[in-house]
Amino acid sequence: MNEPILKDVVILGGGPAGLAAALALHEQGVRDLVILEREPEAGGILRQCIHDGFGLTRFHEALTGPEYAKRFLDPVRAAGIELHTGTTVTGLTAQRLVTAVSHRGLTQYQARAVILAMGCRERAAGALPMYGARPAGVFTAGVAQAYVNLYNTMVGREIVILGSGDIGLIMARRLTLEGAHVLGVYEILPHPSGLPRNVTQCLDDFHIPLHLSHTVTKLHGAARLEAVTVCAVDEQRRPLPETAARIPCDTLILSVGLIPENELSRMAGIELDSQTGGPVVDQFLQTTVPGIFAAGNVLHVHDVADDVSAEAEFLAAQVARYLAGPLPHCPIAVTGRGCGHVVPQRLCRGEAAVLSFRPAAPRRHLVVEAVQDGQTLCRRTIPYATPAQMVHLPIPDLADGSPVEVCCYDDENPAV
Amino acid sequence: MDRPLDITIIGAGVIGCAVARELSRYHLRVAVAEAHPDLFGGTSARNSGVIHAGFHNAPGSLMARLCVEGNRLFSDLTAHLDVPMRRTGKLVVGFDDEDRGHLLSMLERGRRNGVPGLKLIGRDELRKLAPAVAGEFALYSASTGIVDPFQWTWALAENAAQNGVRFLFSSPLTAAVRRDGLWALTVGSRTLYSRWVINCAGLFSDKVAALLGLTGYEIYPCRGEYFLLDERLSSLLPLPAYPVPNYRTGGLGIHLTPTLEGNILIGPSTEYIDGPTDWRTTAPTQEMLLREGRRIFPSLSRSDCIRAFAGVRPKLTGPDRGGYDDFVICRREDVSPRVIHLIGMESPGLTASVPIAREVIRLLGLTEPLVERADFDPIRQRPVSLRHLSPASQARLIADNPDHGEIVCRCRTITRADVAAALSGPLPARTLTGLKYRCGAMMGRCQGGYCQTRLVALIEELGGIPREQLLYGPADSRLFAGKVRDV
Repeated sequence: MNEPILKDVVILGGGPAGLAAALALHEQGVRDLVILEREPEAGGILRQCIHDGFGLTRFHEALTGPEYAKRFLDPVRAAGIELHTGTTVTGLTAQRLVTAVSHRGLTQYQARAVILAMGCRERAAGALPMYGARPAGVFTAGVAQAYVNLYNTMVGREIVILGSGDIGLIMARRLTLEGAHVLGVYEILPHPSGLPRNVTQCLDDFHIPLHLSHTVTKLHGAARLEAVTVCAVDEQRRPLPETAARIPCDTLILSVGLIPENELSRMAGIELDSQTGGPVVDQFLQTTVPGIFAAGNVLHVHDVADDVSAEAEFLAAQVARYLAGPLPHCPIAVTGRGCGHVVPQRLCRGEAAVLSFRPAAPRRHLVVEAVQDGQTLCRRTIPYATPAQMVHLPIPDLADGSPVEVCCYDDENPAV
Repeated sequence: MDRPLDITIIGAGVIGCAVARELSRYHLRVAVAEAHPDLFGGTSARNSGVIHAGFHNAPGSLMARLCVEGNRLFSDLTAHLDVPMRRTGKLVVGFDDEDRGHLLSMLERGRRNGVPGLKLIGRDELRKLAPAVAGEFALYSASTGIVDPFQWTWALAENAAQNGVRFLFSSPLTAAVRRDGLWALTVGSRTLYSRWVINCAGLFSDKVAALLGLTGYEIYPCRGEYFLLDERLSSLLPLPAYPVPNYRTGGLGIHLTPTLEGNILIGPSTEYIDGPTDWRTTAPTQEMLLREGRRIFPSLSRSDCIRAFAGVRPKLTGPDRGGYDDFVICRREDVSPRVIHLIGMESPGLTASVPIAREVIRLLGLTEPLVERADFDPIRQRPVSLRHLSPASQARLIADNPDHGEIVCRCRTITRADVAAALSGPLPARTLTGLKYRCGAMMGRCQGGYCQTRLVALIEELGGIPREQLLYGPADSRLFAGKVRDV
């Protein structure tokens, strides 16, 4: 076996985060870098997202996923950035030794910095309280999307969708356009999980009913799915048996959440946040293992690819700084109240940062504040906010080292 | 009419495959007729995967003798057939004096059955062996182990096929008549003529017996639900841990079993049901399993559960009686000539599979001259896999065959070469689950989210099965509804 190849930066993943980070690093003069991508082509999940709506904030255009990916991939290629596709990383150590295999062989890289950009995966059926048989015809939304858009394969004709995540909403429209009958989308929460624009454009415009506070409790059919039982749920999300209804269908699509893919992070001993499922990071997006950074959906699941690209570019600037010298120490803990999670989890003194989080529930008049030692550092109000939309709160540089708390609450009086 | 078969085995579960493998030692024309489209259709694919020691079974019973014998043979057999197994040992955990009494009688029963390595251990030793397991004391069984039941069944079947046994899938037995001293067996769309029949039909062994002339047996299907935990928790359970069983219920109690891949199985429940293929899971039982699991792992959350499933025991004892009846391995020339029936082959059938097959051969040999083949090959080898090798060995393997460097299943590090191996050989995978159980893809925490589309493409490319015809598992379980568009 050959000696490890020395690299300034090794990027794990060639999706929107990895490509944007690579390009930004290159522009900042970091040239000794490599992107490792397990798929035969770079672009990540964008490759199967043939609907438009990508690039609205970044390029002020509505692009498809592949078009959006091309905006990064073309300059990556033009810049001659080393990109290995069909290459799966099988090992990562805290000393930043990266082991990758491809049909060309096994390669090890000794990196000065590693960027985690592995994205996320879908939550599978096993984790849901859904009982009955295990017939064919149950697909996660992303798998169904890959079959339909990449493999020209129709997953079914009479379709029920569980969960109102964005991919599920997109697939409701996609399958309808291809002649399937989407009977309805069932969401256990009292509000949609996906973006409002997707509820309008993918369900309302196609007269597909969205049943909030409902879930699928049972599958029927020994060979191929024949029906599902759906139930309304109470406030604790417990199914109400008296509301059970049997819906004949041949396909169930699950869009019940995304999980940051951190198997490699665990291997390296990186501390993970139980709420985000991603690494604990400081305001420079450095994980608890020095020299290993994370951005994009591997860190926390974003709403849109544009935000992933922006986060990855911010990260690239921090990595460039890190290569030139140590980053400031970040001892200040950040916690959240009334919101799901806050990224980053640690801050330093003397340098501004942006905190990202989601409100725990829909708010008509959301007020967000960052508080330290009882003092409000900054405050923002948002007329209407849902957990489907990530909130970003810039905070000024901190003089004090005590913990920061982010508070989200509903201020019913908009005059405040 | 073709030259008749010497022997037709009904059922390609672990017992049918073991019988096929043991029969392939002799100069005999043997076929196996299986109702499902591939291996892994029934109980052999839906169990705890434990190699039992033999202290649960009544002294003097076939179950006890064949289980102890099976356990003793397992290391050699799995070495010959290249199947991973681990002698983990096992704990039966007790809390009070009543439990202690039960454990002592279990210990005594084990000694009478000839089980080696049994002892009662105290709290300290229990904590040392399994820190997360609650209990005051335990019966420790050193010879108990775990095996991958899919790999074991596949290995037996492959070795049989390698030695000339024919496997016919999608071939349920629907009629059997005696004609000119032969059995004419209608299996699927064809008729087989066979001198002998061996009934290894598991959950359907009573119905197959009746078709072959032997009435009076009834299988009582008894369902056991499980769920499978993420490997995150694997270090908490190095060996199977059982409660003191209540033999009256017909099961061994809700236990925790590690798998060789680092998952933990919780289950099985015990519930008599009407249909032998009712593999449904139910809300009350799954919630009960979760509660039981939390007694041992307080931190257990639903998100740690990656899959729920159920198996069905083919029991000879009904709900009114419960408990266990002995294996029935019999010949009844008066009503069912030239047939060996195996009925009620429930736990410990997996452990005892090869000794059961040898018992069949003993019964056969009473009237059939059996001539050993000089060319019988007892060795079956799986192609080498990238996973579990050192980086240096991995590098050499990929240099040798680049397909080892193309990882198809990320969770389990299954490569294109592993998938290709499962789609070739004497018994290639024919369904998506058949491929899953052979190569191990789709069995990790993402449950196929990453690899499923790739596996389907490889089944088309390497297995020659177009996706429009591809089955998920059972008959009629079509995966797809055609093309999106004709292009």
